[in-house]
Amino acid sequence: MKLAYWMYAGPAHIGTLRIASSFQNVHGIMHAPLGDDYFNVMRSMLSRERDFTPVTISVVDRHVLARGSQEKVVNNITRKDAEEHPDLIVLTPTCTSSILQEDLHNFVERASQTAESDVLLADINHYRYNELQAADRTLGQIIKFYIDQARKDGTLPQGKTEKPSVNIIGMTTLGFHNNHDATELKRLMTDLGIEVNEVIPEGASVHNLKRLPQAWFNLVPYREIGLSSAQYLQEEFGTPFIDITPMGIVETARCIRAIQKTLNEQGAGVNYEEFIDNQTRFVSQAAWFSRSIDCQNLTGKKAVVFGDNTHAAAMTKILAREMGIHVVMAGTYCKYDADWFREQVSEYCDEVLISEDNGEIGDKIAQHEPSAIFGTQMERHVGKRLDIPCGVIAAPIHIQNFPVGYTPYMGYEGANQIVDLVYNSFTLGMEDHLLEIFGGHDTKEVITKTMSADSDLAWTKDGQAELNKIPGFVRGKVKRNTEKFARDRGFSEINVEVLYAAKESVGA
Amino acid sequence: MTLAETQPQALEFECETGNYHTFCPISCVAWLYQKIEDSFFLVIGTKTCGYFLQNAMGVMIFAEPRYAMAELEEGDISAQLNDYEELKRLCLQIKRDRNPSVIVWIGTCTTEIIKTDLEGIAPRLESEIGIPIVVARANGLDYAFTQGEDTVLAAMAHRCPEKSPTLESEKKERNAISSLLNFGKKKEEAIAEESAYRDHTPLVLFGSLPDPVVTQLTLELKRQGIKVSGWLPSKRFTELPAIEEGYYVSGVNPFLSRTATTLMRRRKCKLIGSPFPIGPDGTRAWIEKICAVLDIEPKGLDEREAQIWESLEDYLQIVRGKSVFFMGDNLLEVSLARFLVRCGMTVSEIGIPYMDKRYQAAELAFLEKTCQEMGVPLPKIVEKPDNYNQIQRIKEIQPDLVITGMAHANPLEARGITTKWSVEFTFAQIHGFTNARDILELVTRPLRRNNSLKGLGWEKLVREEATSPLG
Ligand code: SF4
Ligand code: SF4
Repeated sequence: MKLAYWMYAGPAHIGTLRIASSFQNVHGIMHAPLGDDYFNVMRSMLSRERDFTPVTISVVDRHVLARGSQEKVVNNITRKDAEEHPDLIVLTPTCTSSILQEDLHNFVERASQTAESDVLLADINHYRYNELQAADRTLGQIIKFYIDQARKDGTLPQGKTEKPSVNIIGMTTLGFHNNHDATELKRLMTDLGIEVNEVIPEGASVHNLKRLPQAWFNLVPYREIGLSSAQYLQEEFGTPFIDITPMGIVETARCIRAIQKTLNEQGAGVNYEEFIDNQTRFVSQAAWFSRSIDCQNLTGKKAVVFGDNTHAAAMTKILAREMGIHVVMAGTYCKYDADWFREQVSEYCDEVLISEDNGEIGDKIAQHEPSAIFGTQMERHVGKRLDIPCGVIAAPIHIQNFPVGYTPYMGYEGANQIVDLVYNSFTLGMEDHLLEIFGGHDTKEVITKTMSADSDLAWTKDGQAELNKIPGFVRGKVKRNTEKFARDRGFSEINVEVLYAAKESVGA
Repeated sequence: MTLAETQPQALEFECETGNYHTFCPISCVAWLYQKIEDSFFLVIGTKTCGYFLQNAMGVMIFAEPRYAMAELEEGDISAQLNDYEELKRLCLQIKRDRNPSVIVWIGTCTTEIIKTDLEGIAPRLESEIGIPIVVARANGLDYAFTQGEDTVLAAMAHRCPEKSPTLESEKKERNAISSLLNFGKKKEEAIAEESAYRDHTPLVLFGSLPDPVVTQLTLELKRQGIKVSGWLPSKRFTELPAIEEGYYVSGVNPFLSRTATTLMRRRKCKLIGSPFPIGPDGTRAWIEKICAVLDIEPKGLDEREAQIWESLEDYLQIVRGKSVFFMGDNLLEVSLARFLVRCGMTVSEIGIPYMDKRYQAAELAFLEKTCQEMGVPLPKIVEKPDNYNQIQRIKEIQPDLVITGMAHANPLEARGITTKWSVEFTFAQIHGFTNARDILELVTRPLRRNNSLKGLGWEKLVREEATSPLG
């Protein structure tokens, strides 16, 4: 047993369902107890999804436990098949129902006999893999299934596309800014004269998976999802892949040069140097920012970075190389892929941390006292308590990671966005922060309506003076919260101590 | 359904045993740890449970978290590790770090499946580490959403002291509510207050409500000369009310049937079966029933109720004549439907995860009566609804408002169906006379929003689809 307060990556079935529901016309069926189907809530609420999430739960309850679930699962598969005619139905247990050790393979086989859809069991060990690993594997499993099928049917297209082309692999629903990254990368490929063969899985049709081998190369922008698929395609068809995350000006250029190399090896004869130079020096604002006085003021400031492998590594490099910021610690929660992370960031930071324990990370941040943090929602909370601004750069996702406006993290526009994030975190962070310190976000306690509005509380001179130091836009709120606190604790007078005690209690 | 037939019919019940969405009962941790201030909740389950609390419920951990997961790992599942030792290690750590007055173990599906003997382990561990341990099996195999609270309160009912305190000092500690009500009053006044109460068999209320609502309902009964001896749960575990044999108990939430049964069977209390104090009509019926049982003539209830209805008039104008469909989520459905019918709405279907016809008997009868008085057809009550089928029905009858779980709200809105999240009613203050307005504030918000967007032509925000249930 492990005492856990917070999880950076979700359970395996979330990864599987992210893949299944990213494809078009694929339905996920969960064999699980009632309360496990919150994936639908996450997709509908966090990413503000308009469509019904194509996931149905086949409920495991007391009766199923007593009698076994065979009929129920099979019936639910055939029912969905008839109702929605999906191309593919993916069955998954959750870590809970996987303990029942039912022969789900057998259910799938039985259901396939009658269903018109293809039916697959997501083959994952739910106790060994987390959301990210499961997503990577499920994607690989689905691709292999359709490649094998096409081979068998003799429908596998031969040869490459006429013009240089790419598959972008790893774009998923509920991914951190994935939707914007996908748009940005497609634009980038167009600028480079490369055809986008397929973007998978988000928005793709499983029937197009057999077209994957036609691409000249595969691009895997995220370390966590898509790598095993790219490796499989390389083994099977010799398709080269590029797994350099195009985040920041330097890495985007490195990624483009790798593309250039791979295309030229296949005889394309492209030269992207001019494009890179033009983008870097004149189009993108990020390189210019690095040169500007604003950035000069950031030189040597201390920062801590924490996130998934992809974003934490990329961010560390950007801060250290492109902005001259001193990264005192870079960390990842992708423990299973720690070596890669170490290798990527070691030269750009003082200390590397591999951990899934938010308490440990919080303590480290407190010790380092950085001027800014770039982390997940969790580090944002830590920052709030320690009075350190935090820019959010990685999942676990939050509704705030689905902004309505265009905010990619990748490519040249992504580099601009990151500049804004960094700049705002270091400079505006503090002001914005006051709101949070004084409970701007805390909805736990409502100031009761019955409480008399006229203040029966006196502010002492020093208390009042301190209050006046607080910026006008939050002063009213701070005053209210402090008075409420004083009332609750039975203080009749508010001096500077009470004001700070109030601040502390709200922070807690 | 023919709208013409309004002669008395009986309520129609159906059980679809379908695939429906609701929250897991362990979600009760989200409000109970805040309510019981000296508690610590330990959810013994898998990553799936933990991620649910963190992501779907958005339960945030703060500097001093008072809930955590005991995450079961492969070794626990395969029974290589000793449950007692593992739980001891975790609870000692909790004791050291947080020192709560009680640790509530929340059992989950996994502890059910691998048959962890939580009830057997708890008493031994409790005496070893010296902190009370309450075990609630709030799992998703047996329960839905708010029923989690029921499992916790039923378990806590066993921990209420057997005898009312006689020592003055103890009395003081346990009488947190009366000291709250008497706040700022002089001692003599407080004694005078005491005499405002009629002499009756002690009454304990059960159900977790935000503190202001506790005060409101307590005061509401005080107006009738009724003294509430205590609430289950109390603000602090150390202040649980004493419950003696023969005490009256009354539940304020419709999902507390196990707690009611426990109080009756184990603590030999008498349950006052009444509609629930939701909406002015329900609140009045609840008070009246308590008065009747305690043999007290209620006073001023007519005026009190009328005055509330009057203050609701602006909202009533918006809802009157409109139809509402409950997909079913938090077990508050019947009470809310009854109130909304009284407000002049029609209810076509009440989906509900679980229907205890005995515990909700008075509420169901009240619903029938309300429908007859308002001249509207009786709704169909669908237990364990099938969400897919419900969406077909919604498509057909096009209700003015659908009260639904979070998974379906945005997709329905995108198809021009107005929705309100059912969970909001779980977290908002909806009980008593005072908060009737808040219910209507929630119910009318989407209708008012529609009104302000009217004329923009933005009703449907998806292209017609062949395969979608609403296509
Ligand atoms: S339904 Fe069971 S396994 Fe799922 S979150 Fe609830 S308790 Fe955990
Ligand atoms: S609103 Fe406040 S408490 Fe909630 S997630 Fe945002 S920062 Fe955290």
